[in-house]
Amino acid sequence: MPDRPWIFGIYSGHSTPRASNALYRANLTRGQTRLSIAFDLPTQTGYDSDHPLAAGEAGKVGVPICSLADMQLLFDGIPLERVGTNMTINATAVWLLALYAALAEQRNVPWNALTGTTQNDVFKEYLSRGTYIVAPRPSLRLTTDMVEFAVRELPKWNPVNVCSYHLQEVGATPAQEIAFTLANAMAILDAIDVPAGELPAVFGRISFFCNAGLRFIEEACKMRAFTRLWDELGRERYGVQDPALRRFRYSVQVNSLGLTEAEPENNIARIAFEALGVTLSRDARTRYLQLPAWNEALGLPRPWDQQLSLRIQQVLAYETDLLEHADIFEGSHVIEARTAEIEAAARAELARVQERGGAIQAIESGYMKRALVEANARRVAAIESGERVVVGVNRFTESSEPSPLVAAGGGILTVQEDAVQEQLEALRAHRARRTSGEVESALRGLRDALANGSNAMRPSIRCAHAGVTTGEWADTLREVFGEYRAPTGVDTALARTASDDLEKVRRRVDQVSERLGRRLKLLVGKPGLDGHSSGAEQIALFAREAGFEVVYDGIRLTPEQIARSAQQEGVHLIGLSILSGSHLALVPAVLALVRVPLVVGGIIPEADAQRLRQQGVQAVYTPKDYDLHRIVREMVEIAARAHDAA
Amino acid sequence: MSTRTARALDELAARVLEADPAAVAEALDRVEDARPQALAEQRELLARLALATPADHFAVGVTGPPGAGKTSLCAALVRHWLAAGRGAGVCAVDPSSRRSGGALLGDRARLRFDADAPVFVRSLAARDQLGGLAPAARAVVLVLRAAYPVALLETVGVGQSEIDVESAVDAVVLVLQPGSGDTLQFMKAGILEIPDVVAVHKWDLGALAERTRADFEQVLAISPPPSGGAPPPGVVGTSAETGQGIAELAAELDSRLAAAAANGQVARRREAGRAAWGLELFTRRYGTRGLDQLGGREAARRIAEQASGTGLDAFSALATRAGLA
Repeated sequence: MPDRPWIFGIYSGHSTPRASNALYRANLTRGQTRLSIAFDLPTQTGYDSDHPLAAGEAGKVGVPICSLADMQLLFDGIPLERVGTNMTINATAVWLLALYAALAEQRNVPWNALTGTTQNDVFKEYLSRGTYIVAPRPSLRLTTDMVEFAVRELPKWNPVNVCSYHLQEVGATPAQEIAFTLANAMAILDAIDVPAGELPAVFGRISFFCNAGLRFIEEACKMRAFTRLWDELGRERYGVQDPALRRFRYSVQVNSLGLTEAEPENNIARIAFEALGVTLSRDARTRYLQLPAWNEALGLPRPWDQQLSLRIQQVLAYETDLLEHADIFEGSHVIEARTAEIEAAARAELARVQERGGAIQAIESGYMKRALVEANARRVAAIESGERVVVGVNRFTESSEPSPLVAAGGGILTVQEDAVQEQLEALRAHRARRTSGEVESALRGLRDALANGSNAMRPSIRCAHAGVTTGEWADTLREVFGEYRAPTGVDTALARTASDDLEKVRRRVDQVSERLGRRLKLLVGKPGLDGHSSGAEQIALFAREAGFEVVYDGIRLTPEQIARSAQQEGVHLIGLSILSGSHLALVPAVLALVRVPLVVGGIIPEADAQRLRQQGVQAVYTPKDYDLHRIVREMVEIAARAHDAA
Repeated sequence: MSTRTARALDELAARVLEADPAAVAEALDRVEDARPQALAEQRELLARLALATPADHFAVGVTGPPGAGKTSLCAALVRHWLAAGRGAGVCAVDPSSRRSGGALLGDRARLRFDADAPVFVRSLAARDQLGGLAPAARAVVLVLRAAYPVALLETVGVGQSEIDVESAVDAVVLVLQPGSGDTLQFMKAGILEIPDVVAVHKWDLGALAERTRADFEQVLAISPPPSGGAPPPGVVGTSAETGQGIAELAAELDSRLAAAAANGQVARRREAGRAAWGLELFTRRYGTRGLDQLGGREAARRIAEQASGTGLDAFSALATRAGLA
């Protein structure tokens, strides 16, 4: 009798609550039992769809949810008591769970029947994804509010999914992944305020969201090391006696970092191999798996692309003999040795974080971020030098013909730009329908709870019923705790070692700088709400190494802010990085405000790149441009030409 | 200089004095230009600005060890001034890499204000000045002071800049981090003679901050009084986190600057600054050989001190006297 397979996930959501609802219902009729909701960036960062910062972002990378009315539409005809719901939501997790709980109340579904997960791990947002709102300490407090509430009121809910996934996406080593993730989990557990007797139950509700890359043997060992260290932590630090509560429960989305834009069909093989790392070892097997789409580096995937990813899982689970065996690594000293190695390295890194006062201090001081930026710089350099092979990119690049998979229509989803209109109208109608007295009184209740330290969940549920919007809820947070900007890690990151090629770029930078009368100055900007900053970070770091003076202000800037920085700093060149697909809205907005030359990097389909170049962008770089030397060399020449210093 | 150029400079200076951001940006780009041929117009522009700068505009240096919270203190001060209806210019200096000459200018991220606020932030790399002020810092401060009631100069926080900042501004705030043991280091290095106000920052740390303040006051009590009749430095506990002490620090600066302006200390300090600036520029360009032609550093200093205008005029006086202009 083979084992039951893990749960097959499809991460989805787009345009409007109504459109996403139709998608979910279709997926459920095909046998999917768990929804995995992608929210758009305004919802993740606490803005309504009509906020200026939401321009170009509403409905783009996920579904917009502005109020309980949107939640009703999203789950229309979907039985909350039977379908589990995973929400990839962090800074606004308290609010989205409040909306979900309020919806259950409206439908007379008891809270203890609700199953699902809120990601609710804000720590990794400061380190990689960037959708945080307030500082680490108040964020942690919201996380613990929710955990304490959920353990009592929604006993089947996973209130927090501590993420190592995003750390790998920004270049973390296996040891860093384990150490930083466990440190983050410890910070949450240490802050939980429950009677000592309840702590084991809380420990048992903590789950994880992990990543797996192409080095799948190492990844299997990493998951085994993770499992052991978590078990030990439960036993020794938190006194959890019951082994069942110490199980390392984790879900997985495999690595997108290694997926390539060149010969994108190769990614189908990559995704399949990546899935092995988290399924091969029965004792450390994932409970839930999502695979990315093969064409992610090109643009937004179509439903067909997601189906292909689902099929890969089904083939692995049902056609191979994977599920028929006990743990196949049992007794392998090769696996054991590698596992022990990773475990030891993770322990050492965890000790370093604890020496620095734990996760919060290591985030506030920029220690973790800097370590990740440096690890990623090493990864990027290894690809550039060819030490790390990427087939079709830095090795075996001669292809017989262009990929037929991307021939027609570019092989990606083209989003309807007018879908957002429906959302804006619904939001206006919703605002008009509410009773302002109730909204104000509910927001007052929330403000008081935030200020006096009482649990924010019930006041948030009251806000949900009163018709408060996502923006209003998050504004209250901003008002009470202030907005936060996390360390970029770039200013303190150490550089790569020098090379002859780098030396050549430096000499050219010196030469152009001398002609300009001052050193070449570059502004690296990330407009919009997209917080995926590792591309911007690597360019900033490398440009500094090449001799540029680099201004990098971090993520989430408006075009006006970028233009103001460019003017005040007197830069010679601007580099924008956008990965959310909002480049056609954001780049022209910046172009209209500045007079210095501008280059853009991101996931930008060729047709869009052409449009941007026609509008005056000097160069467009996409994931296939992995050679930082070349990019920075070109940037020097662009600046030199524009300022008559060539 | 042609009349056309002169008129253009008149116009640029007038717009800078009105705090027109585009003009301030242009003026800063010009004064940062290190090419010799840029010097004449820089001198003219700065002279115009220096002459017309309102008497109640001041420059304040913010210095202290890395990690003490200089940038967060600057941000809090600017916010305080904005609330009181005063604009501010900030010149933030970061170190340059010795190997590549490049720099990461990261302070801006923590100096964010409302879009329409009258604040102007220019980040500078220290460039070849190891641990010192950036070469253009003095000129940048002069432009910012012409445009805004307060110009803040935030130093790198190590080495020579701690000393040099004194002659680049009208008052210096030394930022100390509680419990770092910096007090003793500063005393040894003679840096405690420089600040007008000491901010014991991160005051929200509580007892540790109190102890640092007590330590510092003890050191002050046994130190000789500052030369030149200036009052001993004030000590204020500040916190960017809670906003504590920021108004007090601003008030302390205001009253000290008003008094120093009234008794002529500000003018004397600016004269000394002009000489230091001219000498610095001269030495950078012509080295010790240039100094030798003037009969050594002290003789050169006396020449520089007799010049009027800005540091660039002092530089020109030195270069002319040395037959190098």
